[in-house]
Amino acid sequence: MRSGRRVFGSLFRMATTLATFVGVVALLLLLGGVLADGVGSLSGTFFQNFASRFPERAGIRAPLLGTLWLLVLTGLIAIPISVGAAVYLEEYAPRNWATRAIQTNITTLAGMPSIVYGILGLAFFVRALDLGRSVLAGALTLSLLIMPIIVMAAQEAIRAVPHRVREAAYGLGATRWQVVRYQVIPAALPGIITGAILALSRAVGEAAPLIMVGALSFIAFTPETLADPFTALPVQIFNWVSRPQEEFRHLAAAAIIVLLVLLLSMNAVAILIRHRFEDRY
Amino acid sequence: MTIPSPVLPGSRMSPSRGFGGPRDRKERLIHAALAFCAGVSALVTILTVLVLFTEAVGFFTRVSVWEFLTETRWTPSFREKHFGILPLLSGSLLVAGVAGIVALPTGLLAAIFLSEHAGTGLRNLLKPLLEVLAGIPTVVYGYFAVTFVTPALRFLFPSAGIFNAASAGIVVGIMILPMVTSLSEDALRAVPRHLRDAAHALGATSTEVSIRVVVPAGASGILASFILALSRALGETMVVSMAAGNSPQMTLNPLESVQTMTAFILQGGLGAMSFGSLEYQTLFAVGMVLFLITMAMNLASQWVLARFRGGRP
Repeated sequence: MRSGRRVFGSLFRMATTLATFVGVVALLLLLGGVLADGVGSLSGTFFQNFASRFPERAGIRAPLLGTLWLLVLTGLIAIPISVGAAVYLEEYAPRNWATRAIQTNITTLAGMPSIVYGILGLAFFVRALDLGRSVLAGALTLSLLIMPIIVMAAQEAIRAVPHRVREAAYGLGATRWQVVRYQVIPAALPGIITGAILALSRAVGEAAPLIMVGALSFIAFTPETLADPFTALPVQIFNWVSRPQEEFRHLAAAAIIVLLVLLLSMNAVAILIRHRFEDRY
Repeated sequence: MTIPSPVLPGSRMSPSRGFGGPRDRKERLIHAALAFCAGVSALVTILTVLVLFTEAVGFFTRVSVWEFLTETRWTPSFREKHFGILPLLSGSLLVAGVAGIVALPTGLLAAIFLSEHAGTGLRNLLKPLLEVLAGIPTVVYGYFAVTFVTPALRFLFPSAGIFNAASAGIVVGIMILPMVTSLSEDALRAVPRHLRDAAHALGATSTEVSIRVVVPAGASGILASFILALSRALGETMVVSMAAGNSPQMTLNPLESVQTMTAFILQGGLGAMSFGSLEYQTLFAVGMVLFLITMAMNLASQWVLARFRGGRP
């Protein structure tokens, strides 16, 4: 009886250990496979060339620059609005049903499928506002997608600022905005920036919403203005994986390496900021 | 930093009332601007509902709601058109079902390991790895499905197609695994220490403590994580488009190709279609079904979580 319980106990522990390593093994297989497939295709011309029907001449110039355009534009649009919303909800909003509804709404929007944002972008930005299949329409769509994530991260950072900081500033006669502007936001900034970078790295990896607003995978120029058509790395990867020829798989793997390096460096910056400014109060 | 002059007592309580000078006007403007930012999220939801609804209404003037909900064929691009959502819905459910079978037990077991068994050192090593897994873009998962999981499945089951629901489901399962693990772990760690101590004192083994005390006490948090993860699986687009294919059919066999709601919408986005056409409106009708299902699941998960925060010891 007693030993039965022990045997079951150690079997169960083994199962939990195995389950934990499923994710780790999957990660290693994925990264290993991508590296093995893609490293050979990384070269100077791969970064300089535009898309091509011929795999040996195809490159990621347009999608890489498109992704950088989207990254900058999305950050410029999404971060100010999201931080404003977070400040309002934490520092200004009355505690009533309307605030609770907005809060629930933000959490729910964070879980809305990205393809639904794509449909919204197609109907509203591309068509109703007549922005066309432009890099601006793409950036606006991605902004809507990541705003809830930034709002929630910024709220958490603002909530972590101790109350005594606010009380002290109010005690000196500061107005509410002065308290927010000179005390709360500076103290919460590392957390806000970290959250914003992580959200932007989510935006950089998205393909589905961009395909919906009309990112093309075969363009031989880079965006010059906000109204220009565009493509992005995930869209190009999707296109290359969908082709039957083996060579395009290698190109896809090489583009994945570039995308992952970009994402990992963004994450590294976020982690550095988090560690550098941790526990200021 | 400028130190504001110590006037305006009570400015904290009523920043928008009081003296009415230029400083108050500025405060009021800022207040309004910030409130507008918070209102944007409500606008996004209203806009989404409005957009989906208006185009879907256009769709339902041409196709009856009854046909949409009960017809078992989905052939919008054939000459003989049928608009039954059931094949797409069953495709989505099949993929999400496989993903759930992969991710829910594995994620819960991993959460038990991280919360109950792993030492701090191991935990600090594994948690960041799971975060990396959670941050990998979905197209990369799609690539993994097509180049690794599908060939492996076809080796094990020669009857599996080049596109099949199992490959997509397994990879979507790996994709949602970090979410299940970390949310369930949060729920388990929130269970108070003294419950574990009491069970240990009564002679329970650590496994019995996990299964009969900790997991039941964290059940609502675990359930919330399950619902949220399945909603993510239903909304996933790229992996299913790349690995499950685009054959709308009602099947329970995961080795066959299916088309999910999301894959259908993406396929529409890839093709050239004219605004206002039936094809265009079809996207919105399917999008509305997807939106309603995932929103209901997200709200359900929040509701379960709110109960869990409210009551338990």
